[in-house]
Amino acid sequence: MTLESKIPPGLIEKKWDTHRFNLKLVNPANKRKYTIIVVGTGLAGASAAASLGELGYNVLTFSYHESPRRAHSIAAQGGINAPKNYSNDGDSIWRLFYDTVKGGDYRAREANVYRLAQVSGNIIDQCVAQGVPFARDYAGYLDNRSFGGAQVSRTFYARSQTGQQLLLGAYSAMSRQINAGTVEFFPRREMLDLVVVDGQSRGIICRNLVTGEIEPYAANAVVLATGGYANTFYLSTMAKASNATAIWRAYKKGAAFGNPCFTQIHPTCIPQGGDYQSKLTLMSESLRNDGRIWVPKKKGDTRRAEEIPEEDRDYYLERLYPSFGNLVPRDVASRRAKELCDNGLGVGPTGRAVYLDFADAINRLGRHVIEERYGNLFDMYHEITAEDPYKVPMRIYPAVHYTMGGLWVDYNLMSTIPGLYVVGEANFADHGANRLGASALMQGLADGYFILPYTIGDYLASTKFNTVKTEDAPFKEVQDGIAQMVKKLMSINGKKTVEEFHRELGRIMWDYVGMGRNRVGLQKALAEIPKLREEFWQNVKLVGGPNELNSELEKAGRVADFLELGELMSLDALHREESCGGHFREEYQTEDGEAKRNDEQFCYVAAWEFAGVGKTPNLHEEPLEFEYVKPSQRSYK
Amino acid sequence: MNFKLKVWRQKNREDKGRFVAYEVKNVSPDASFLEMLDILNVDLVKKGEDPIAFDHDCREGICGSCGVVINGRSHGPGRGTATCELRMRLFQDGDTIVAEPWRAKPFPVIKDLVVDRTALDRIMAAGGYISARTGGVAEANAIPVPKPIAEEAMDAAACIGCGACVAACPNSSAMLFVAAKVSHLALLPQGQVERKERALHMVEQMDKEGFGNCSNNYACEAECPKKISVMHIARLNREFIRAEFT
Repeated sequence: MTLESKIPPGLIEKKWDTHRFNLKLVNPANKRKYTIIVVGTGLAGASAAASLGELGYNVLTFSYHESPRRAHSIAAQGGINAPKNYSNDGDSIWRLFYDTVKGGDYRAREANVYRLAQVSGNIIDQCVAQGVPFARDYAGYLDNRSFGGAQVSRTFYARSQTGQQLLLGAYSAMSRQINAGTVEFFPRREMLDLVVVDGQSRGIICRNLVTGEIEPYAANAVVLATGGYANTFYLSTMAKASNATAIWRAYKKGAAFGNPCFTQIHPTCIPQGGDYQSKLTLMSESLRNDGRIWVPKKKGDTRRAEEIPEEDRDYYLERLYPSFGNLVPRDVASRRAKELCDNGLGVGPTGRAVYLDFADAINRLGRHVIEERYGNLFDMYHEITAEDPYKVPMRIYPAVHYTMGGLWVDYNLMSTIPGLYVVGEANFADHGANRLGASALMQGLADGYFILPYTIGDYLASTKFNTVKTEDAPFKEVQDGIAQMVKKLMSINGKKTVEEFHRELGRIMWDYVGMGRNRVGLQKALAEIPKLREEFWQNVKLVGGPNELNSELEKAGRVADFLELGELMSLDALHREESCGGHFREEYQTEDGEAKRNDEQFCYVAAWEFAGVGKTPNLHEEPLEFEYVKPSQRSYK
Repeated sequence: MNFKLKVWRQKNREDKGRFVAYEVKNVSPDASFLEMLDILNVDLVKKGEDPIAFDHDCREGICGSCGVVINGRSHGPGRGTATCELRMRLFQDGDTIVAEPWRAKPFPVIKDLVVDRTALDRIMAAGGYISARTGGVAEANAIPVPKPIAEEAMDAAACIGCGACVAACPNSSAMLFVAAKVSHLALLPQGQVERKERALHMVEQMDKEGFGNCSNNYACEAECPKKISVMHIARLNREFIRAEFT
């Protein structure tokens, strides 16, 4: 396997324009003759499907949901970045580019990040045209707010439902193409494998989740837009069904996996309550604009928050980082909270929480302003905890939230398998070792609306395709393999439920591959995960049959993949002997406890090539070069 | 807390279906209704029985996947909450709770509490959009929108498409769902060009799918997890009449 990043030569601000000109075009009349499969219809998938449909391609889309509007992009709250400089605070494409490279702790490709910053303005234009009801000021112009890791206001938002509104925009654009007949949507289908014919990605195998049928679909190219893999940790802010199966099975077919250990822990989530808990709930990071984070100065202070006077409170982010204060990047905010709780300064019944206090903001701005900005978040917090955040401070704790790693892609968003494209959170590309707030929506839509539609055309125009049919041997073979796997899972008839295995894996991952990682812990994870996997294949208990809606069977396939992916994440974290962004190796830190990179040895993308289950995968390195943003120790003081 | 449950079990679309009684014990009052079902399902799986199928995903009230009629009410006794946000503390210890799927002709039951709501997607495809091609649009601030209008459009756009309004309506009408989309887009300057066609096509598809008419019952608004107002239905009616006669 060779990694060719295909970064175009030339000045960074010209690369994308030059590249677009050099891309081959498909004759408009021929576009309908090409079939493109898009798996996953969240922001990246729906925007890609809509745009490809508009261009005239024949697009087949698949989702395990009943409707594209259920995808987890819908849950993004805070906003979407674009350097429009509407706030006149000195923002520019360069500044967003710089912030993103620095925020990612110098582990992203400069050329990709610059392009992302370049097209982000077009995304806002597109969304407004679709009718996305962004927040506005009294003159009717678009309003912006600031967000973690940035000192300018460049975040566009629709209350705390920005992801929902952007997804509904992309979904409506896709619905329009369904009506026009260029896009077909297959609901309640889960992709279980990729079909590679003569080295080209030519189709997928799905399970129809209602009938249990194993269905083959053929195409000229396949796009994966299946999101991230944070559910490897069991407890995360991801939706329950979010999984890694599509990208994992593609990995096993030869697509390299980039930086699997780069996971993001979000600082403002509602702390865990009890064992019954099925997921963690995120509170938008925008809360940090007006909320102040603190813990009591004394250990074991049992007074209620409102009884603790100012002089006994430690507003630790404001103290440690005077210039960024409560708006430091996510990895920094999360780590400081964990440290304080580890040192016994945490609050609430479990001691694993810190306060996020709005009393000052309410006094300064009035309750109505806070209500307008964060009303639904406050309501949600109230529902879950039965505490009123207008009166008492919220309690928050970090939770796994996003994965920067994903399938390796080149500048064209193509994986190491020709004809297999990966967009949105599912790829590894633009966020380096840490993603800035309000950049996930930006990347998903940039890939789908403005990058993939051009680059995939180049592949289609320059590739010779043999005719393939779903009756052909390569399809039959993969289809049979999946049927066998389903049969195997159903026949084990052990004693432990899928859920129990998943929770156990989650515990290993959180303890050893979570916010702080070290050699000993990671080695422990690498010993325990394969054992758990082995037990799974001998002792998992499924009920029901294969030919009906069977949620246990669905979960079992996903957990089987998490049990392999967890091992790769641990291995990647062990091999990367440095700290960067969200990857914090306790052995490698500065005197102040910040992440300490090792640019001499690890300034590269780690792309892993599958070598067999339980076998050590092959590591390929894509060196990263920084011509424009010179790596330095990140400082938010 | 302990509860007695009566849950609708139906193997597939063709099965007749029936209520089955269960008991769940030691449920935390902070657990959500779906987490209570999770606990019951673990018991069922351990006993080798088929777990109760229900749609769910984000579990924070925004994806619109979940939807259970609980004690006769869409999404249960909470106001402005989806089933996943409903906490068990709203019930009394020892309560008997009845759980059944959305019941409406256009929403056939797939299994247990899971129904097929793709009819709503087909209504969306009939016209629930502004036909703005990717790329060919104006600069975002070229279209100012008065703040009160943008806010009202957002109120309507907050619909999560769960179908609670349909399940709550004695006529199985989807008027609140359709009204939310028509209203959201009709309010905005960007939505003016296709205003008439949108109202006509979406209403036409709604009728074709077999949803009933609105008879001003307002149960939809009362049960909507996003508290979408029936005022939007008034606007839909106006949009429809305007489109028909002007």
